[in-house]
Amino acid sequence: MSSINLTLKIWRQPNSDALGNLETYTLDSISTDMSFLEMLDVLNEKLTKEGKDPVAFDHDCREGICGMCGAIVDGVAHGPEKEVTLCQLHMRHFASGDTIVIEPFRSRAFPIKKDLLIDRSALDRIIQSGGYVSVNTGGTPDGNSIPIPSPQAELAMDAAACIGCGACVASCPNGAAMLFTSAKISQLCLLPQGQVERKERALAMVAQMDKEGFGNCTNFKECEAVCPKGISIRNIARLNKEYFKGIFLEG
Amino acid sequence: MELNSRVPSGPLEEKWNNHRFSNKLVNPANRRKYSAIVVGTGLAGASASATLAEQGYQVKTFCIQDSPRRAHSIAAQGGINAAKNYQNDGDSVHRLFYDTIKGGDFRAREANVHRLAEVSTEIIDQCVAQGVPFAREYGGTLANRSFGGAQVSRTFYARGQTGQQLLLGAYGALSRQIHAKRVEMFTRREMMDVVLVDGRARGITTRNIMTGEIESFTADVVILATGGYGNVYFLSTNAMASNVTAAWRAHKRGAGFANPSFVQIHPTCIPVHGDYQSKLTLMSESLRNDGRVWVPKKIGDTRKPADIPESERDYYLENKYPSFGNLVPRDVASRNAKEQCDLGKGVGGTGLAVYLDFAEAIKRDGRETILKKYGNLFQMYEKITDSNPMVEPMMIYPAVHYTMGGLWVDYDLMTTIPGLFAIGECNFSDHGANRLGASALMQGLADGYFVIATSIAHYLGTNKLEKVSEHENPFIESKREVEDRISRLLKNSVGGPAGKFTVDEIHKELGKLMWDNCGMARNKQDLEKALTELPAIKQKFWDYVYIPGTTREINQSLERAGRVADFLEFAEIMIRDALAREESCGCHLREESQTEENEAKRDDANYSHVSVWEHLGDDKEPAMHKEPLTFEFVTPSQRSYK
Repeated sequence: MSSINLTLKIWRQPNSDALGNLETYTLDSISTDMSFLEMLDVLNEKLTKEGKDPVAFDHDCREGICGMCGAIVDGVAHGPEKEVTLCQLHMRHFASGDTIVIEPFRSRAFPIKKDLLIDRSALDRIIQSGGYVSVNTGGTPDGNSIPIPSPQAELAMDAAACIGCGACVASCPNGAAMLFTSAKISQLCLLPQGQVERKERALAMVAQMDKEGFGNCTNFKECEAVCPKGISIRNIARLNKEYFKGIFLEG
Repeated sequence: MELNSRVPSGPLEEKWNNHRFSNKLVNPANRRKYSAIVVGTGLAGASASATLAEQGYQVKTFCIQDSPRRAHSIAAQGGINAAKNYQNDGDSVHRLFYDTIKGGDFRAREANVHRLAEVSTEIIDQCVAQGVPFAREYGGTLANRSFGGAQVSRTFYARGQTGQQLLLGAYGALSRQIHAKRVEMFTRREMMDVVLVDGRARGITTRNIMTGEIESFTADVVILATGGYGNVYFLSTNAMASNVTAAWRAHKRGAGFANPSFVQIHPTCIPVHGDYQSKLTLMSESLRNDGRVWVPKKIGDTRKPADIPESERDYYLENKYPSFGNLVPRDVASRNAKEQCDLGKGVGGTGLAVYLDFAEAIKRDGRETILKKYGNLFQMYEKITDSNPMVEPMMIYPAVHYTMGGLWVDYDLMTTIPGLFAIGECNFSDHGANRLGASALMQGLADGYFVIATSIAHYLGTNKLEKVSEHENPFIESKREVEDRISRLLKNSVGGPAGKFTVDEIHKELGKLMWDNCGMARNKQDLEKALTELPAIKQKFWDYVYIPGTTREINQSLERAGRVADFLEFAEIMIRDALAREESCGCHLREESQTEENEAKRDDANYSHVSVWEHLGDDKEPAMHKEPLTFEFVTPSQRSYK
């Protein structure tokens, strides 16, 4: 195990209405086995001991599945490692003497609440508009009465793996939530259970996406590059197909 | 404290059905007149919220995170059990019931566990209908795998993300009800108190995490689905925000707390590697299907695993438990890992780890098959440890994972406070002294989708409830108490941090005390020592904790401080509970009570009961009550997995 010394430039902003700026901090003897968030814990303990305000950031499971954490590290959502969330990024990917710039996920639809902590409730509202199968509890048929070919189930699972962190939105030059929205639309349109509401779902979710102020996809593919779960932009192609089918075949 | 379990009479298989029939109902047109508060949006809370709203009740749902989809159920990896018998390998409702009762070392209620096994099959149907992408066989039918403590293959899974997929299913159902305006969703709220009016739970007091505002909410019933308290140990596999606060606040208002010392230590976690560490990461138990657990035979053998020949390896689980082998229940696997490490055979830098080796499975099934089954887990392991399990064996060690103890509930999942219900991990009801793998997801969804609505209807159908308002005294009083407590938490911070301690420093101190003395193996001497040392840590917290910032803003240090304050109080009944139970059972190993082969020795004559703790005041010793456990349909045996 080795340790490194770092300079951090972190976005500090007391609340949504205040102006923010990058503050500089130095941290010595950071173990390379630490996760990125543990490094921030160490910084926050230090700041607290100095009587300064610790950096606010969202986090919870710290194993890459809850989707709560995330920040832009040196210009990249969730940092330099592929297919990991910020909590799974380890300090062995940095070198002693590095300066690391840490900013919140920025997008029109994600207001900053404090420091690195943002409001992503717009993503919940997209799901609320139709990202489910409308089935009540009880009275459902036996699980095996709906056979699904394994490759089809696996394809649906690839899309369903989305953790809703918002890295795709923060990385998109258009501030689009297309990868997020398409992941849910794909999962459900690939499965027999999702067929009944297929058209309405695509139309409703896209409408909500627009209403929240997200942009549209123009194939920059930045979202796919940063997605911690490796969600493919093929899902966006599927969303577009579903949306057009919805418009032209409505009624 | 009266403990009436309200277990229905009659044959075991008919209890649930008869109970549903004899319970009162609320007719569909009247349901909209009633309101329910649900705290927590994990599997239990999300499924209960959706189900109650679908039936017509007005629901207010609360979660601590920024979205209901973040609840820690999302992190469950391996799977969910159900007695479908799709594999035709001899499974049945009765077998799942028996495995669960036995796995829990005969410390759970028969009737509750049987109901769980009965509704397990409906859960799978429900989740499939929602579009949960379970793993499939090539013919299109649902796939299963096996899990510890069972000799049949009854675990349904979605890669290593089963919890995520089930939770997103329930979150979808909840989202649909939010959209339909039948659920009002409150995110980033922390429950600080439950409010009683005329002895009944009629609302809650919350802190808005974004603004710091203290708020009141009223309802006809309050349902807690707030998870487990594993973070009392500081390090656990729980999410950072998982806490005991909601359950503890309910306890202080009169809800009995059952078996608080029953904590599951999961055998397959990534070992601790530094004092900066914030949490422990679990590696799914499903890995034990193909991974073989071993340590070097020689004490202090520091050779690389590849350099240790077969003849010098001790596959201790396979040798000791030939019929279950690597798939013994979690408590047995954990204890044996500790035993090997205590003998000096542990591996890795700290000597606190054992190997979990996939070499043979890779040779037998091929790289591709193993990667398909465990690829994402292997990737997760490699990210953390920088070592590839396809090339060298994993290193694992037990870690705090799940709490079988929780709020005492009757058959209807109601606590000792009328109108206050507890579902999912935050109740104590189904897992006895040890939970089997893939049964937490089953219980959370059973409670939320299929049990709680019946209980709520019965409660509302049999009680006449007056209207209450948040402007009434009990609500105002509760708010004032919450505000006062926050002021007390912040009082040391005026003079700055000099000579003070941070919240985490004190939490780590508490965690170490609990892990060392009330962890995997317990004895009278250490428990008594912990009980005498605990008050000093508590005092240190209240006198010297430093919390930057104020209460009327986002203040993550203050949030943590409130939770640690409750863990410090709660730890006392955990230790007292462990001390009072002078037998070994399931997770709870009292070193004084072991068989000649060092297996846990139960004492059914004296301890076949649920221990239920009653809060009698901050300055008074808590009282312990007993709910006797009677076994009419199974005969408790000494568990053997040999």
